[in-house]
Amino acid sequence: MRQDYNSLHLVLKDSGFDIKTRENISKVMKIIGMVFTYIVLILFAILVVFPFYWMIITSLKSGEEIQRLIPTYWPEVFVWSNYSEAMQRLNFGTLLTNTLIVGIFSTLGTLFTTIFAAFAFARLEFRGRDFMFSLLLATMMIPGEMMVISNYTSVSLLGMTGGNRTGAYLAMILPFMISVFYIYLLRQNFKQIPNELYLAAKVDGKSDWAFLWKVMVPLAMPTLTTIFILKLMGTWNAYVWPNLITTGHDELKLISNGLRDSFNTAGDIDDYGIQMAATVVVTVPLLLLFIIFRKYIMRGVGRAGIKG
Amino acid sequence: MESKNNWKAWLYLAPVIILMAVFTFYPILNSFYISFLDNYNYLNGTFDGFTFDNYIKILTPFIQSGPGSYYEEVMQIALPNTLLLTIITVPISICLALVIAICLNSIKWFQKIFQTIFFLPYVTNAIAIGMVFAVIFDTDYGVFNAIFGTANHPWVTPAYGDPNSKVNYWSAVFALCFYIIWSSLPYKILIFVGGLQNIDKQYYEAAQVDATPKWKAAWKITIPLLSPQIMYVMITSFIGAFKEYDSVIGLFGTTAGNFDSTTGPKNMETMVYFIYSQISDRATRGGVGLASAAAVFLFIIIMIFTALQFWVGKKRVHY
Repeated sequence: MRQDYNSLHLVLKDSGFDIKTRENISKVMKIIGMVFTYIVLILFAILVVFPFYWMIITSLKSGEEIQRLIPTYWPEVFVWSNYSEAMQRLNFGTLLTNTLIVGIFSTLGTLFTTIFAAFAFARLEFRGRDFMFSLLLATMMIPGEMMVISNYTSVSLLGMTGGNRTGAYLAMILPFMISVFYIYLLRQNFKQIPNELYLAAKVDGKSDWAFLWKVMVPLAMPTLTTIFILKLMGTWNAYVWPNLITTGHDELKLISNGLRDSFNTAGDIDDYGIQMAATVVVTVPLLLLFIIFRKYIMRGVGRAGIKG
Repeated sequence: MESKNNWKAWLYLAPVIILMAVFTFYPILNSFYISFLDNYNYLNGTFDGFTFDNYIKILTPFIQSGPGSYYEEVMQIALPNTLLLTIITVPISICLALVIAICLNSIKWFQKIFQTIFFLPYVTNAIAIGMVFAVIFDTDYGVFNAIFGTANHPWVTPAYGDPNSKVNYWSAVFALCFYIIWSSLPYKILIFVGGLQNIDKQYYEAAQVDATPKWKAAWKITIPLLSPQIMYVMITSFIGAFKEYDSVIGLFGTTAGNFDSTTGPKNMETMVYFIYSQISDRATRGGVGLASAAAVFLFIIIMIFTALQFWVGKKRVHY
């Protein structure tokens, strides 16, 4: 025992430092490491924030100020008229109405189909349950492009393309009233609700229907909020499908299509202020939703990566 | 009770089953079917018989040269572009996300604020931010050229009003990759941070007792224990990169950057861009058949890559 202690002491002596100095060195190294970590993070944070900053300041610059050889990092004169012009150019009222109609109906539709399906998969016993669930999950592997082609021909044959307003709305809502991923998410959530509650409700003579709406849905409210927000943001960002459906009919376009089509000539420098004002108008609602529902959004998106 | 539940359960599932039958299962089978139809016109359902032509047209690099020929697009432009974007953006963004996540996990102050900032690109509109990047990369007045002293270098668009100014292909690839990496980081960081927080602190304490250097601890402890998340992120980002589309539209506009002339090839075209352009431009002239064949082809490539990664993962991932 004593010998062990001696040999340990010797090793420390050999390295030339006593314990005090060693501790100090490791403390200094720790601080240097921390400073370095923060510098890395700050640099990346600047890189992430810069496009937002540039978007906002450019949206407030005059055409003359944008076309200076040395760019200014803060607008000299705030040209708020860029915004009114951008709104006009976008036909913002129409785009917003279309996007909200499509967004709200497809979100509510998704919530209903998801709640029903998740309930059946989590709580009810029936033959073929596991097979059905695996079949649904398997479709997540298949790229959406496979479905888009055939869906486009289907909705065209049903007369939903070509400027028919109700048809176009239905074509943009119906295929998006299902989300296998959200069914999976909610099923996991429903499964965590203890079976005793279900049995107790049965003893009380409550039906499955009543149990679902009185007990399970309220308990799963955080997950349902997450689905609601993510789905709404999805519609706001949807580009491909609405673009196919509404080609040639500006009055039916959603916000992303309207934004792209209003400013499609690249390099139109005189327009950059207005163009950036339009992108701010499209981006700000998303950022507001993010600020309000940050926890729900990040939890919902992050859930995908955690096993089990 | 069992039998009663049985039909009730199917009733609960009915909305999902009906909608998916119409908009998911039928289309998948139908796309396979259409991909074998010659000159399919979806409006009146006519076609000139069954054929492998759609696949041959897509898979042959040179079949018919001359302007306006769409046949070579897949092999000469769309597929190389897609593979290039995948090979560049996936490894770089995963490495950057890992570095940022490890840094984020090791700090005490401002962790929440940094986490929120790094998540911002996720909650944006791909078209809108693509347009912002186009302004940043502008040839004459873009801030990128101003900061890096690459005066008047055309990244995304040629110089304003100068017919001799051309966008170099690799410059455009750089700008596009820059944007794709920027926008794909937040998701990866979020997943990695989630994984890091689940790693037991005891491993690091043990490493500290053994006086293991920090970088070695990161390499020998963090990476292996994070391998399930890395694997998951790799598979999803490979699939995402193969389907790159919105970023091209956002940055280069709906013409996908035809740098040479207005009728010339769409230089930054990707596989998914090809599919959609066939539907919207040539829908009644056999384009739907070509698009279906391209979609099946893309599906097969994605399947092979995913299977490959699972196979590699089996050896490397520690669960």
